[in-house]
Amino acid sequence: MSVAASPAGGASAAAGGGSPAAQALMRRHRLRWWEALPWIAGMVFYFAFPAYLGFGCDLLVTILFALSLDLALGYAGIITLGHAAFFGAGAYTVGMLATYNIWTEPITSLLLAALVAGLIGFLSGLVLLRAKGLTLLMLTLCTMALLEQAANMAHAYTGGFDGLPSLPIAPVFGVFEFNPLYADTQYLFALGVLFVCFVFVRTLVYSPFGQSLTGIRENVLRMHAIGSPVRRRLMICYTISAAIAGIAGGLWAQTNAYVNLSALGLDRAATVLIVLILGGYGRLYGAFIGAVAYLALEHFLAQIYPTAWQLGLGLLLVVISLFARNGILGLGEMLWRRYRVRRVKP
Amino acid sequence: MSETRLETRALSRNFGALKAVQAVNFKLDAGARHALIGPNGAGKTTFINLLTGVLSPSHGRVLLEGRDITGTTQAERVKLGIARTFQINRLFRGLSVLENICISVAERAGAAASMFYPAGRRTDIIDESMHLLHTLKLAETAHYRVSELPYGRQRLVELAIALGLKPEVLLLDEPAAGVPSAESHIILDAIERLPNDIAVLIIEHDMDVVFRFAERVTVMVSGAVFAEGTPREIEANPQIREVYLGQAVQRADHG
Repeated sequence: MSVAASPAGGASAAAGGGSPAAQALMRRHRLRWWEALPWIAGMVFYFAFPAYLGFGCDLLVTILFALSLDLALGYAGIITLGHAAFFGAGAYTVGMLATYNIWTEPITSLLLAALVAGLIGFLSGLVLLRAKGLTLLMLTLCTMALLEQAANMAHAYTGGFDGLPSLPIAPVFGVFEFNPLYADTQYLFALGVLFVCFVFVRTLVYSPFGQSLTGIRENVLRMHAIGSPVRRRLMICYTISAAIAGIAGGLWAQTNAYVNLSALGLDRAATVLIVLILGGYGRLYGAFIGAVAYLALEHFLAQIYPTAWQLGLGLLLVVISLFARNGILGLGEMLWRRYRVRRVKP
Repeated sequence: MSETRLETRALSRNFGALKAVQAVNFKLDAGARHALIGPNGAGKTTFINLLTGVLSPSHGRVLLEGRDITGTTQAERVKLGIARTFQINRLFRGLSVLENICISVAERAGAAASMFYPAGRRTDIIDESMHLLHTLKLAETAHYRVSELPYGRQRLVELAIALGLKPEVLLLDEPAAGVPSAESHIILDAIERLPNDIAVLIIEHDMDVVFRFAERVTVMVSGAVFAEGTPREIEANPQIREVYLGQAVQRADHG
């Protein structure tokens, strides 16, 4: 039927890499002009809002944390509500190393934070990733609660409920001091760390490995049937995601110069999930859009309704999950596609 | 006499008291076009699951080219050249048709573990996937999302993912199931054009398909092999007409 009816030109143009589908796959990993925008915006923010750089640091840390979650949840489809476990592990690694003056160099501290969080991710993944769906959700929640209680009880080392204040952080590259009153160094450092981590995650998701993670998310049974080592792939992904969450946590500790139990709490885990859903998961830039939208909403809603600002956020989430399952970015993609179709048709 | 690719010896699988597959001795020859038929609940799909390693047998052995593969995993058997399709589509629904194939081809080519090289630069994988779509006449739908395709085309994608593994043994679990009859010929054409060297085992309810496609037919009833022979012998067997074919043949006569 339509095979015979298809234009002969279509078939010959589709040979090799000529077809639009093949072209799209071959071009997908290439940089597009708009991908420079977040980084330009980041630098503009630095110069335009010097009084808000502390807020800017929070924003960058949230983006990085959401990016780590996107790798596990958005790409591999690992449903987790306990990602703050790794954020906290990274934060406490940096915090304890600094408080006891063992290690205060910021870059290597972050690498150690990644190592510790990645190790916890690997070990918990050995157990967790056998489960699926709600069981997985509960187990990730339990892992986080266990770590939170451990941090609470070991107050001789972690400061317990009070946390570890006034962390000494050595200058970046031995030159640029972290300024306690004015977060300019912290902001640029956080921007740099986010950039490096982002390049890493971006490379990963456009690799064949990233493609196979998407396959696992879309149909895990089929991945088994085509001989994919699903467990191993998930373990690698979860460990990397945990390590990046650890870097985000370490960065949070460094930019605030303190660590407390809020690093490990359900609040933080739920917030990052909301950020990612708001922005759009499995989309790389959803973390950016979501973090900006969430923090901006928090700011403005808190001004309008200081007592019940979360109500507005809740309503927005209901609207997003009912009408825009793929978040703000998904909504944008849909509108853009409609616009292009309309432009091509007449 | 052609050589045997896949063989089972006294293969059995129990689910509690239910003997889903009972002492099945079965041979699939190189280049075979073999059909497995039987009423619902006869154990056909369980048998496929035993062949692919999704289930492990209660008794008996599975041999590939004479080698005992009973203890190997599903993934290992795929690497050894056994691929399957599913009765109900198992596709990567949110991805494009081409991506669906690329995932399978990349896995077979051993590229899927590489983390720091863009998938888009593996033009060998993309070209091979496109080529496969051409042979199945799916090339012009390559950029569609799978969930946007009509069901018959989705069944072709189901087949294409398995072919991306370059199998030596292909197990098709009701490839035309659920496809409206107006579309079913595209599936049948594709199956008829499969490379000759692939040994194909097809589970099918549609007798027209079986008799058009198969050179050998095995009939399973209640988990055991009831009969085996050429389509003509099976058709002529009065017992089979009674237990299984009766309805189908009658339906064909009236239809």
